[in-house]
Amino acid sequence: MHQATSATVGEKPLLSLRNINMTFGGIKALKNVSFDVLPGEVHCLAGENGCGKSTLIKVITGVYRPADGAVIEYDGETYSHMSPVTAQDCGIQVIWQDLALFPEMSVAENIAFHEVVGRRPRLVDYGRIRRIAIDALARLGVTLDVELPLKEYAIAQRQIVAIARALVGEAKLVFMDEPTASLTQSETDHLLDIVRTLSASGVAVVFVSHRLAEVLEISNRITVLRDGALVGVYPAGGMTQSRITELMTGKTFDQHVRARPRDDHPVVLDVRGLTRPGQFENISLTVRRGETVGITGLLGAGRTELALALFGMLKPAAGSIRIEGREVRFGSNRDAIKAGVAYLSEDRLSLGLIQPQSIADNLVIASLRKILSGGLLSDDRKRGLVSRWIADLGVRIGRQADAISTLSGGNQQRVAIAKWLATDPKILILDCPTVGVDVGARAGIFDIVAKLAESGLAIILISDEVPEVYFNADRVLHMAQGRIVGSYDPRQTRLEEIEAAVYA
Amino acid sequence: MTTILERVKAALGPEMAGPGLAFVAVVLVFGLASPQFLSAATFGSVAFQLPELGLLTLAMLLPILTGGLNLAITFTANIAGLTVAWVLRENGGVDAGIGIFIAGCLLALLVGAASGVVMGLVIAFTRAHPILVSLSMMIFLRGLGEFLTRGGDISGFPAFVGPIGHGSIAGIPVPLIVFIACVLAWHVLLGRTKLGFNTYMIGSNLEATRYSGINTRKAIVLVYTLSGVMCAVAGIIMLARFNSVRIGHGESYLLITVLACFLGGVNPFGGFGRVIPVFVALVVLQLLSSGLNLIGANQHLATAVWGILLVGVMILRWVATRIKFSIVRRGS
Repeated sequence: MHQATSATVGEKPLLSLRNINMTFGGIKALKNVSFDVLPGEVHCLAGENGCGKSTLIKVITGVYRPADGAVIEYDGETYSHMSPVTAQDCGIQVIWQDLALFPEMSVAENIAFHEVVGRRPRLVDYGRIRRIAIDALARLGVTLDVELPLKEYAIAQRQIVAIARALVGEAKLVFMDEPTASLTQSETDHLLDIVRTLSASGVAVVFVSHRLAEVLEISNRITVLRDGALVGVYPAGGMTQSRITELMTGKTFDQHVRARPRDDHPVVLDVRGLTRPGQFENISLTVRRGETVGITGLLGAGRTELALALFGMLKPAAGSIRIEGREVRFGSNRDAIKAGVAYLSEDRLSLGLIQPQSIADNLVIASLRKILSGGLLSDDRKRGLVSRWIADLGVRIGRQADAISTLSGGNQQRVAIAKWLATDPKILILDCPTVGVDVGARAGIFDIVAKLAESGLAIILISDEVPEVYFNADRVLHMAQGRIVGSYDPRQTRLEEIEAAVYA
Repeated sequence: MTTILERVKAALGPEMAGPGLAFVAVVLVFGLASPQFLSAATFGSVAFQLPELGLLTLAMLLPILTGGLNLAITFTANIAGLTVAWVLRENGGVDAGIGIFIAGCLLALLVGAASGVVMGLVIAFTRAHPILVSLSMMIFLRGLGEFLTRGGDISGFPAFVGPIGHGSIAGIPVPLIVFIACVLAWHVLLGRTKLGFNTYMIGSNLEATRYSGINTRKAIVLVYTLSGVMCAVAGIIMLARFNSVRIGHGESYLLITVLACFLGGVNPFGGFGRVIPVFVALVVLQLLSSGLNLIGANQHLATAVWGILLVGVMILRWVATRIKFSIVRRGS
């Protein structure tokens, strides 16, 4: 079932950590953690946000210095701590989620960067840069035009460029931080193939990912961390997604289909033949009061574009939108908000919330008229409104004036939901509400969604993870290439059936 | 007691620390260096010099908070002053009545607003960079002004104009009263109005603000319009203080206004910054130049010291964040 790799049981580890302790401002980020990586294996590091995964990687790469007593053995040498230079010389490479590439520079320059910078002679040999880049890409079995600026390539190719750059540094151990977070299914498959190629050539890969399906598909072993402590090391064979989730969160989740009949409820949103050429075609759907309609499909199926049209940010070329029986035409999202539509963006970091600004300001931004008093904004009203929503949705915060970026993904998403609920919407569109949210916190988000539906809101739930819509929506619509190609009732359909249709 | 203190602290914000410290330092150093420094004369000279730079700084502040810039402030002020001068000259010159002057001022405010509206519309709709757009406006206004005045001074105003620049009411200089009124207006605008709220949000993330249902184009146009109106106020005060209008007057203030904003803790990339700390920063700059004047330093040297002060503030800020960071890293 699992791809064979060069790792075998009983082999001497390439990297071995013992007694790793790390404290930040009184908080123990790592508690006596040990961690082993065998040569050429694919090892998954799993755990919720804040469990210590990134801290551990930073200890291994020498960014942080662990407390005294730590033992780091690498390739036969023993260290009490690493430094970034030692780590680099040892062939330890990290591919961070943001990739740390230079979009304006060519693919070749990006790949050969470390070979060129800081070396003498100080003249740049473009021929050599080109050769290095082509060689590195060939090792991955990829061909790209190395002369093109990196920005011409999509995120999936940039990822490959980042991996190629790691290989140039004679990598023996490569860490990948959420490498598939912004990739489509086929791109992910391609990336996993590359990881297998790497592993077969003797490079050990440590994979950090929230997507448990691919963790199980690619890894030989899984190390689970929770709250800075080691939970255990498990062989990937025989593990299940729900078992990993339990280990990561220390809780058991019972997933059940929440769908309920809503056919007798009045229709709130009635969309007929909505079309925007090249993005979505002839979309017809209804959402009833208290109903949650799930829309799933691959990235690029037109889901977000459809949502933006319903939110007044894209103009449909044909078709009609009716809200409670009245036809609406939106000139902008302000009209949509007035008509009772709210849209939670899939891109929380750059479109959903204003990261540097405070929790309070992010929460009230869409409903400023509610905190006006005599024509001016009232701090007291703002504080009151924010406190109420924070309590209602169970958001854990320090002070209201703290930047929203200080909150975890799950708490940020709760604030984002509160921001829209404060506008008193009739229709709430949730576009991938669990992106960047911990497995444990996802259940909390869906509990809120269920409560909102119960209170009468009409909800559209968009997700590329089929199980999310399957378990949490009353009806599941499948979108592909801009059209709705299937409609399922979760109570009468098996999850596998929908997954097969979507990933076909 | 503590809650009042906390409220005051919250109202002033973290931006207050830098300019507050600088204020104390300047008063201490010059107070010790020269016995005449802590006198009514010093504060009188500061009070008369502060408003010109101050009003222009207020005009610069709003665009900076949105992540932009308005390089046309000084020439907008000149053109507004020219408008008043033109209205006065066409209606009797030295014999013009107070009504004519008021009409001229209103027209000047409109002219300032018009300059802002044009820049705002271009920036909001074409997404062109504010530096380029306001630079174009600056060059246009300068050329227009020089063409209209042939590069000379326009003077010959009625006698009642002078006191607006030099007079005092209850011992407080009239320009200072105007300036403080404008500071308060900006304080309320930024802290208590929807436009002020939107200004900060746009400065941090324009797209996310638009996704939240804010009319970002309208807000940007309004910000530049108000900036233009504030330039016009500065232009009228300058006209009254010098009893003449010349295109290019106050040009050297342009970049000082940007630096005064930064000294006042305004984030150069937008989104953060308050009016009161900027006001304190302006006072510090004026006290510094008055103090240097008093101990016999050359006026041009004062400008050089401003530059050194600002670089010093940047370095201190960097040191402060380093110290904070190392405390966090070392843990407990």
